[in-house]
Amino acid sequence: MNPAKVEDKLAVNKFDIDKEVHIRIREDICKKCEEHYCLYACPASCFKITEDHITFSYEGCLECGSCQIVCDKEAVDWALPRGGFGICYQYG
Amino acid sequence: MKQIFDAIVVGAGPAGCACSFTMAKAGLKTLLVERGKFPGAKNMWGGVFYGPTLNQLFPSFWQEAPVERYIKRHRLSLLTKDASLSAEFTAKKFGKVPYNGFSLFRAKFDRWFAAKAEQAGAILASGLQADDLLWDGNRVAGIKAGGDELPSSAVIACDGVNSFLSEKAGLRDKLSPRDMKQGVKEVIHLPRNLIELRFNLSGEEGIAWEFIGSFTRGIPGGAFIYTNKESLSIGVVVQLSTLAENKIEANDLLEEFKQHSEVATYLAGGKLLEYSAHLIPVAGSAMMPALYTDGFLVAGDAAAFTLTTGLTLEGANFAIASGLAAAETVIRSKQIGDFSQKSLSYYPELLKKSFVLKDLKTFKKAPHFLENPRIYSLYPEIACDLAEKIFTNDGKPRRKIWKLLRKSMERKISFWQVFRDLKKIKKAL
Repeated sequence: MNPAKVEDKLAVNKFDIDKEVHIRIREDICKKCEEHYCLYACPASCFKITEDHITFSYEGCLECGSCQIVCDKEAVDWALPRGGFGICYQYG
Repeated sequence: MKQIFDAIVVGAGPAGCACSFTMAKAGLKTLLVERGKFPGAKNMWGGVFYGPTLNQLFPSFWQEAPVERYIKRHRLSLLTKDASLSAEFTAKKFGKVPYNGFSLFRAKFDRWFAAKAEQAGAILASGLQADDLLWDGNRVAGIKAGGDELPSSAVIACDGVNSFLSEKAGLRDKLSPRDMKQGVKEVIHLPRNLIELRFNLSGEEGIAWEFIGSFTRGIPGGAFIYTNKESLSIGVVVQLSTLAENKIEANDLLEEFKQHSEVATYLAGGKLLEYSAHLIPVAGSAMMPALYTDGFLVAGDAAAFTLTTGLTLEGANFAIASGLAAAETVIRSKQIGDFSQKSLSYYPELLKKSFVLKDLKTFKKAPHFLENPRIYSLYPEIACDLAEKIFTNDGKPRRKIWKLLRKSMERKISFWQVFRDLKKIKKAL
């Protein structure tokens, strides 16, 4: 059976995860945000919401840039992982 | 620091590789910087590539490039929840040299293309991130990468849709989610013979199958299935802003699409090999950044050179053609020893003469037209409903098609509205 959930799909991908975090979110802004577009825009489900709290995990990031573009409050400090790190597509 | 390079190209995708190849071949000292572990490692596309531009650069490229299948069949399906209406086109011509299109994987194709640039004399630095631009007054004078300063006469930003460099050069504003489509894709393994049986293909033939309909829940976009040698590429492409505003995740739409009864049978028994995602700039000329400044040029997705005409969404040929135009511009600048903004204004002149800016101008109104939600739910619904009425035999006296159509449209849309939408097609497409 093939996975349907994003987390399980990401498990088949090849990543070289950097120790350095490349994206940070500004939790003070996220706390006041009502839309939370990031939750739906991220194709890798890197954003999670717990009560009123948004958390972000960078490990499964596909480096598409959606979160930063969709956030109209500039709460996503987006950067790319260092050269050679991050997602490493074998097909693409 | 001593300047070693005439030109530094950032990003080894189709634009960057075409650009580096051409400059290196003309004898320019060229550095091609790629942040992925190898060219293609960061890149993804739907997977069908049309070849004329590349064929000019490398005649009969399909004999040596890592192509999967040549596209013999094109199919378009309109889906509702329970029905599907399809049209298919195939021609003998598509199965013959020079072939019309190919399915391809970026992780293989980009590596091949970058190797061509290397063979022509360019230096490829993989796993190296261009962190910033190097400035000399108002002139871009190179890049900063991996803690080093790398000076050059020209920098060509082929760094993709999120182009940091063109932002740093002050050539574009923050991107808008309305101008973006998000593509999510799965590569699913299936045995070769099963692919050929299921899709009615033989040998190296392939199919490009596009879908629009209810599975995007009215969000502008669609889905695709492309056949590779021993796998399928299957994905959805949807407008980023509407996705987020409606609180829908692209992966959920992809799952819904995969489970559609018309689609699921083709995927049965397949095994997931990769899940990928990427953004596509789709607003055409409306979102195009300034294309150059002193010592600096932008090409490919970084310049938003993609064409959307409804049935097609194309970027690779635009990337290659713009990469070539950028190369020609820099070669000319090197000859006259002038890399100023004025000298580089040769670049848009070349683009205006090629299909790049001509097509973008012709289809200027297409992006706006394609935001019409009726295209993605109401019209497929009416078409499927009409087909169902035509094909249903319920033992009652039959009615004329015109009357059936009126019935299908009843309480959904007026003829006047359809007429107005058709009129817009004429202008936009």
